[in-house]
Amino acid sequence: MSAADPGMAASSFPAFFRKIHGPVVQRWLFGAWTIGVFAFLYIPILLLIIYSFNDSKLNIRWEGFTWKWYGELFTNAPILHAFQNSLIVATSTMVISTALGTIGAWMLYRYRFPFQRAIGLLIFIPMVIPEVLMGVSMRAEFVHLLKLPLGHVAMIIAHTTFCFPFVLVGVQARLQGLDPFLEEAAQDLGATPGQAFWKVIVPYLFPAIVSGALMSFTLSLDEYIVSIFTTNAQSQTLPLKVYGMAKVGLNPQLNALSTLFVIGTVVLVIASELLTRRKST
Amino acid sequence: MAGITAATADNLGASAYKRRPSWVAWLVFAPLAAWLILFVIVPTLTLVALSFGEQRGLGTVEFTFTLENYQRAFNWTWLKVFWTSIWYALLTTGICMVIGYPVAYYIGRSPENMRNMLLTLVMIPFWTSFLIRTYAWITILSKEGLINSFLVAARIVPEPITILYTPFAAVLGLVYNYLPFMILPIYTSVERLDNAMIEAAYDLGARPVRAFSQIIIPLTSPGIVAGALLVFVPSIAMFAITNLMGGGDPPTIGEVIYKQFTSGRAQPFGAALGTLLLLIFIITLWIGRRRSEE
Repeated sequence: MSAADPGMAASSFPAFFRKIHGPVVQRWLFGAWTIGVFAFLYIPILLLIIYSFNDSKLNIRWEGFTWKWYGELFTNAPILHAFQNSLIVATSTMVISTALGTIGAWMLYRYRFPFQRAIGLLIFIPMVIPEVLMGVSMRAEFVHLLKLPLGHVAMIIAHTTFCFPFVLVGVQARLQGLDPFLEEAAQDLGATPGQAFWKVIVPYLFPAIVSGALMSFTLSLDEYIVSIFTTNAQSQTLPLKVYGMAKVGLNPQLNALSTLFVIGTVVLVIASELLTRRKST
Repeated sequence: MAGITAATADNLGASAYKRRPSWVAWLVFAPLAAWLILFVIVPTLTLVALSFGEQRGLGTVEFTFTLENYQRAFNWTWLKVFWTSIWYALLTTGICMVIGYPVAYYIGRSPENMRNMLLTLVMIPFWTSFLIRTYAWITILSKEGLINSFLVAARIVPEPITILYTPFAAVLGLVYNYLPFMILPIYTSVERLDNAMIEAAYDLGARPVRAFSQIIIPLTSPGIVAGALLVFVPSIAMFAITNLMGGGDPPTIGEVIYKQFTSGRAQPFGAALGTLLLLIFIITLWIGRRRSEE
């Protein structure tokens, strides 16, 4: 609104400038900075997408539009196999995490268990611990203590351990707004505690449960470090494959794969945003 | 971060309404409790126990009680690895703070209808696979990458220059990956800022710089501390990025631990390095909690 006059005002009325235009100038500067940072965040991804359609293998020059890298991607057996592994691990992780997280949040909300603080800390640790530590300690336990072979099951256990706390915390946040008499009313009308939970509480928690489930799925799908500690040669997931390809160098198939992933992520994030927004109304 | 612990630990609100668990409630709660014990406590204990063990041939380990692994760890070679990791993480945290603060502030002071959109824009890269985002930078920085192609085509340099596989690229990769972790908690603090405080500062004659350094930044320090922890802790051992972008030279602690374990020859030693990293993690968390309580 006052893009033209701050300069003039600054020279003639320093005090006035300070009071009114100081924040305005600051707002413009910060706005420009923010645009710059968004450019920094998005330009690499956009370039990646654009070059997935470039008809030249190792050359960065634009040589025409093509779908061929996508075609090659869909006939690349090792990648498809890795994708299948990823889907198995991510789906299982999502289901177990959602069940553990939702039920755990409800039980901690509803009952006074001993060691509440310790339980809270134990739930919090997997969310923030460096992934290497999680991976290495899981591997140590699986190999030396449980004698559990590395592979799908080991990966699902490890992924679930850092995913379910996110579901739990999200559901807990939603529980803060719950009317305590809702469950009581259901029970007064003849529902058992189990029925009250399934028919009254779960529908109320539904948006938080779904966004927690989506989060577990994405986190698991994207996990690299915990995965390499718990995988074996046959159960390599997509991130392990992608890492191997990226280590070698440029590869347009990887651009194509990335593009599909980015689009998938954007769809998931928007879906989960819409759900969260409905939650707040 | 302390906020999250408080919420999970106490689950505030309807505390009077909480009941003593019946045996059915215990039964329903048991899987979660078992999971926490079996897959959070026991793995950590196994790691610590293993760090006092001895390697017997390929892949077999005897759980003894020796300090040998720690003696080996306190050697200049390995201390340097720890130092590199901490230094990368500190640089990343500092750069993310400088880049991210104005963004968080701008979003937090935006009209409400714009805030959600801008936040979603911050969140989308955060949800996109980190490997994909790292690969995006490889296509830009590598010898055949965009920058070098441009520089050579424009005859600014005679042949491609090395940008990828340098410490600079490693830190760039970490910053690019963890920037949203810094923006989000600072944004939360900025959103809670009391407008009256800022107006009072200006009314009393503070210049923008002074209002910023003496009023706004101290008031948003909980967000800054939380952001610093959320960036520092994971980036200290994020060897996938430092390897892909920095070429793994100098090596960081995560990679060294990984190699000790997967080569199968020095698992107790890897466990000792892991236990030391665990100590760094606990100390960092403890400092962060004290800071945010102040």
